Amino acid sequence: MSEVSRALHEPWPSLARQKEAVSFGVWAFLASEVLFFGGLFLAYTVYRNLYPHGFVAAARETEIFFGTFNTGVLMTSSLTMAVAARAAEGGMRRLTFWCLSATGALGVVFLIAKGFEYHDDIVNRLVPGPNFKLHEQGAEIFWAFYWIATGIHAIHLTVGIVIVGTFAVMLRRRAAPLAGPRYEGAALYWHLVDIMWIILLPLLYLVGRAT
Amino acid sequence: MTDIALDRLPQAEPHPSYLTEGHTVASWLLTTDHKRIAVLYVLSITAFFFIGGLAISVVRLELLTPHGAFLTDEEYNRLFTLHGIVMVWFFLIPSIPTTFGNFLLPLMIGAKDMAFPRLNLISWYLFVFAGLMALYTVIIGGVDTGWTFYTPLSTFYANGNVIAAAAAVFISGFSSIATGINFITTTHMLRAPGMHWTRLPLFVWSIYATSLVMVLATPVLAMSLLLIVAERWLGLPIFNPANGGDPLLFQHLFWFYSHPAVYIMILPAMGVASEVLACFARRRVFGYTAMIFSMMSIAVIGFLVWGHHMFVAGQSPYANLVFSFLSFIVAVPSAIKVFNWTATLYRGSITLKAPLLYVMSFIGLFTMGGLTGLFLASVPIDIHVHATYFVVAHFHFIMVGGTVSAFFAALHFWWPKITGRMYPDAWAHYGAMTMFLGFIVTFLPQFIIGYEGMPRRYHVYPEQFQPYNVISTVGALILAVAYLLPLFYLTWSLKYGKLAGNNPWQATGLEWQTTSPPPKENFEHTPVVTEEPYFYEYETHEGKGS
Repeated sequence: MSEVSRALHEPWPSLARQKEAVSFGVWAFLASEVLFFGGLFLAYTVYRNLYPHGFVAAARETEIFFGTFNTGVLMTSSLTMAVAARAAEGGMRRLTFWCLSATGALGVVFLIAKGFEYHDDIVNRLVPGPNFKLHEQGAEIFWAFYWIATGIHAIHLTVGIVIVGTFAVMLRRRAAPLAGPRYEGAALYWHLVDIMWIILLPLLYLVGRAT
Repeated sequence: MTDIALDRLPQAEPHPSYLTEGHTVASWLLTTDHKRIAVLYVLSITAFFFIGGLAISVVRLELLTPHGAFLTDEEYNRLFTLHGIVMVWFFLIPSIPTTFGNFLLPLMIGAKDMAFPRLNLISWYLFVFAGLMALYTVIIGGVDTGWTFYTPLSTFYANGNVIAAAAAVFISGFSSIATGINFITTTHMLRAPGMHWTRLPLFVWSIYATSLVMVLATPVLAMSLLLIVAERWLGLPIFNPANGGDPLLFQHLFWFYSHPAVYIMILPAMGVASEVLACFARRRVFGYTAMIFSMMSIAVIGFLVWGHHMFVAGQSPYANLVFSFLSFIVAVPSAIKVFNWTATLYRGSITLKAPLLYVMSFIGLFTMGGLTGLFLASVPIDIHVHATYFVVAHFHFIMVGGTVSAFFAALHFWWPKITGRMYPDAWAHYGAMTMFLGFIVTFLPQFIIGYEGMPRRYHVYPEQFQPYNVISTVGALILAVAYLLPLFYLTWSLKYGKLAGNNPWQATGLEWQTTSPPPKENFEHTPVVTEEPYFYEYETHEGKGS
């Protein structure tokens, strides 16, 4: 009972209603996020139509190994996140804690792998500018998108790691009740970040390898 | 229903009002009470309103002579950019939603607070932080791209502090999105028992429609600003034609937000007009359901008209045709609203109080702004008047004539509820009339010089336009007086105004059933709604509501 009263905040009459509202609010936020990435995807589509050859040539330079590895890592983190949210729902404190921790850790693994990939990209002169490696029209634009899109995704993921990590620590210290709506909200956000990666994977890594 | 609240007046108040609950600065800065947050917003956007106003006053003085009197080209560009950025993102966009929306939404639907009270406070801090960033931009020298940040000017050629300005607007966007999410969730989840969707006051509907636009359009602006910063700061080519980039693409992304932004400004104003008209005509709003549908369709169609900003920018003629058509279509729901407001007054029992005067001014100016918008929506006329003062006059009729008039209407209508005090009605009448007069004198001449070909954003112009510019500047002076007047008499009323009572206008709506100013938790008991909104006819004919 105390768990419930600790989790319940003004102005909500009941915890069930509050949970519903938090999920609703996060969904509204996700709609906003979709439009945010939508602007980027629109711009990408326009330029890919303008410079199909440049985009193919440029996309061949991406590191397919890191792309695939990170996709696997992020999908696994989605699983642990989903289990964490369900475990919290079912009142399983230990399982929630471990799954949250695993989710955060997998997020960190993703970022580390991304860091190695960025290093390789820089060494391969794939940063737009005077020393840029490729000469096809549009290749530089593709790589501008690569850096912006993966950068924005990494920022989103970092925010996710901070959220998930904070929740895990608070749970460990019993500073936050298990009954609250926060785990479901965090899971929704985490899945969005994953889905954005699922869209980025073909746009950045597979486009150049289809032909 | 209203009498219940009136009966309670003579008794000792059981709860302190939200204003007296805690007197420390911290009790304000750390509050999660939607009413206090609304007051914080009022104070901050008023400050920005006067900063933006100051900038344009200097611009108007400069335009008194055709040869440029005291400003360099660069200074002139920076001043009108400052005016645009501050007025659009730090006054007009947040104006009615963050103040009256915040204060009234929970009261109107019978809730204790917003769905996410802490997020609400965070929104205000984000807004203030963004505002400070904007001021920082000004202090380090300003920015000269105009409020539209067009590329490649903003990414390569502009000398000003584009990145700082873009960051300020970007952060203010977070505040907008958070506020929008809060409003939408509150409307869905916290309505009092019996408060069905078809019983919501039109102001709530207007805030709901506005929030949808905020949540879905603002992120696209955020992305377009981010791409500009990436290009200017990190050198990543996105829009640069030298690398094969397309500057027109930026305009598409920018206007995908910035055209709906006009509806973020005008929809809440429409909500205010509906509330005030019904109250002072003592009639149910004519065509209540049609009003809801027209607001929602304005919000939806508003997303599909952005291309009319690019008729002469090299967009395909077929796209022009479609965008022109859709821009005409969006005028239909707007016209429905104007006709319904007029029909609400018809056979009403009208009391001409200050809020109604402001609303009348809103309807007149909005109609003129809307009709001239149709001129601009038709491609041949737009080609002639594009980027002239005709456009400037048009959107000022909507944004200033429309939104600012409605903002003042709302301020005068809900002032007794917010502060518990009445202001001197005669002074408010003078204020409303001065504002209308000042507005007409300022902006009507701009239609003429615009049609005759005076381009916007230049401080040196052919001598033939000077008389009109002088009239316009005189009008701006009158407007300045009209904006300062309420500042004085409203501040005066805080201390010396007579006590308003709970429902000075005998208005319907839950916000009038609680005390003035309302207690922290808004209502002693959660209200139960048993009647349609705007239950006025029954009151006048039979004496009482329920």
